[in-house]
Amino acid sequence: MDKVKIKIDGQQMEVDDGTYVLEAAKSISIEIPTLCYYPYMVPYAACRICSVEARSASGWSKIVTACNYPVWNGLEILTNTPRVINARRTNLEMLMASCAPVPVLQHLAEQLGITEPRWGTDKHTCILCGLCVRICDEIVGAHALAFVDRGANRDVSTPFQLDSESCILCGACAKHCPTGYIKMEEIEKRFIVHQEMNLSPNAAITLPFRQAVPNVPQIVRENCIHFKTGGCMVCSKVCPKDCIDYEDSPKSEEVEVGAVVIATGFDSFDPTPMKQYGYGKYPNVISSEEFEVMNNAAGPTGGKIVMENGEEPRAIAILHCIGSRDHDYHKYCSRVCCMYSLKFSHLVKEKTSAEVYQLYIDMRSFGKGYEEFYGRILDEGVNVIRGKAAEVVPSGYRQHEEGHLIVRCEDTLIGKYREIPVDMVILSTALEARRDAKEFGRKFNISTGADGWFIEAHPKLAPVSTTTEGIFLAGACQGAKDIPDAVAQGGAAAAQAMKLMAQGEVMMDAAYAVIDEAFCSGCKMCNDMCPYTAISFDDAKKVSVVNSALCKGCGTCVAACPAGAIMARHFTDEQIYAQIEGILA
Amino acid sequence: MSFEPRIVGFLCNWCSYTGADLAGTARMKYAPNVMTVRVMCSGRVDPGFVLDSFRAGADGVLVCGCHFGDCHYVEGNHKCMRRIAITKRILKGMGIQPERLRLEWVSASEGARFQEVVNSFTEEIRGLGPMRLKEWAFVPEQVEAAAAAHGE
Repeated sequence: MDKVKIKIDGQQMEVDDGTYVLEAAKSISIEIPTLCYYPYMVPYAACRICSVEARSASGWSKIVTACNYPVWNGLEILTNTPRVINARRTNLEMLMASCAPVPVLQHLAEQLGITEPRWGTDKHTCILCGLCVRICDEIVGAHALAFVDRGANRDVSTPFQLDSESCILCGACAKHCPTGYIKMEEIEKRFIVHQEMNLSPNAAITLPFRQAVPNVPQIVRENCIHFKTGGCMVCSKVCPKDCIDYEDSPKSEEVEVGAVVIATGFDSFDPTPMKQYGYGKYPNVISSEEFEVMNNAAGPTGGKIVMENGEEPRAIAILHCIGSRDHDYHKYCSRVCCMYSLKFSHLVKEKTSAEVYQLYIDMRSFGKGYEEFYGRILDEGVNVIRGKAAEVVPSGYRQHEEGHLIVRCEDTLIGKYREIPVDMVILSTALEARRDAKEFGRKFNISTGADGWFIEAHPKLAPVSTTTEGIFLAGACQGAKDIPDAVAQGGAAAAQAMKLMAQGEVMMDAAYAVIDEAFCSGCKMCNDMCPYTAISFDDAKKVSVVNSALCKGCGTCVAACPAGAIMARHFTDEQIYAQIEGILA
Repeated sequence: MSFEPRIVGFLCNWCSYTGADLAGTARMKYAPNVMTVRVMCSGRVDPGFVLDSFRAGADGVLVCGCHFGDCHYVEGNHKCMRRIAITKRILKGMGIQPERLRLEWVSASEGARFQEVVNSFTEEIRGLGPMRLKEWAFVPEQVEAAAAAHGE
């Protein structure tokens, strides 16, 4: 494209022919105020606040709107002459005649030195710049908004002032409205940890979570305007590196490996079925995971510990063993809850002045430094009550208690029934096996135990291996465990996998089948029997042959061979008959 | 003295044997009548093993394998199930109650189930009484006497 030479406020510059003055000025950081301008649309020059003075070398001069005035060779632009200020002032005063209270206009008025607009100060808020209408048409592509009526009654609205079916509730109009005339309050109110654990409810481009790997944002198709109307694509225009790919989707890739470490982790127990604790019913009864989200400095409350109404709680109860050590749910102890519950009370004490009650069955502070931490919590003045909470009920007996909760429990150390009034209840929920663990395990031919955790090859002698060679377990997928244990197991699993790689060759079990050619009749019955297709038929010799590298030694073919020609090493017929003889002797 | 059945149990290495091991490490008490033979897979259980157990004097035979879908060797337990069905027919033809042979699926985590299977099978065999196959099967006179007693 041809370059043209222009001068803005005395600064010489070269820009592409056809560039608008506003863009050229922006590129050398000269500020020109705007109201109706949005960089990714055709400029409209409705507000006329961006007025500047255009001059030619011959002395010709004119007031033009910077946003839609294309540059030409030899053009000189002045943004700060008395003539420009006067033009902007007049335009602003006319806008203020209908929309005086709008803060952005007030701010501009202050800058331009307007104290009293000459033509009155009406109290509307729409300056009729049409930015919303144009965004809805050009960017969003929903075409839900338009100018309606004429003259003094002109307005922006949906057809017939009714809820529009074309509107996709994207909020683009409200976000870009310079005066705040269009509001989307119902969308802005959708926030708070108590209802859903979503960190950013409406974002169309977001990180899945803070520590996501790879740490790159993703497009959430349900929230993205482009996937609703086919329009917008502003992000691809903004991105300087052309990273936006709308067609990108989850892909499956095949990778050849020699060892697999399974570290699929755990699910958090959903306390909804335990009706007595009112989770899901009372907004201030939250799970431990939700508390962690709330406590996160990057979370929805900015790390503040607050109730649903945004107030700081005066008392918090932390209920242990929700779903664990419970014959109706999980019989096992989840191991980590006692300690994280103690951590919670420490955090609550640190951030608020709330009273904290811990309701526990047994305090299992078993690890290194854990018992000392428990002692520290006691010193901080946390109330620990031995006795599992029976019930959480709304108080509401007296006016000032309305909306608060009462935890009922038996304090087994003093042998008394207690009712503890609190503002918030945190349920320390159990760790449980991932809901798809069984299905997942079948892919690797490893089994799950009664609790759903993956079973290791041996609980003491092979705690990271599985019954399938080359498959190792790490972390909470094998059983509830805390971070140090999970890290230790992960290291062990990695070492086991490394061992296979370092050796470069695989040791096979010596228990495999061999066919005695002298006895094989060549009936091929064993050929179809083998699940690993380890048996093939030797056409020259007319006998079946076992590939010892493929054979896993199950012995199914041995039992099937009508001629008794196959021998399973270490489990030969002679050995088993001898065992039968021996145990019945 | 009451009759104590002698039962041979064929347990697959990956599920049932581990399950039995679990019952042991968990100190679960079960009838001592089942004596186990470890095989790599329930599919390894040759009908000959079952017949030989009865010949050698067993009162019952218990075969345990993995649940369907859990087999370490993909489908050895399916093959076992089919063979056991045929073996039961052979037993019937030989005059041995097919109930003396039982096939059960016990997974590696089901120590309690193994205990229950062993106890219930032992009780069942106790109810069926001793086999006494060894005493008459290889002594022609006794066979004849037994046949005569049945009026044949």
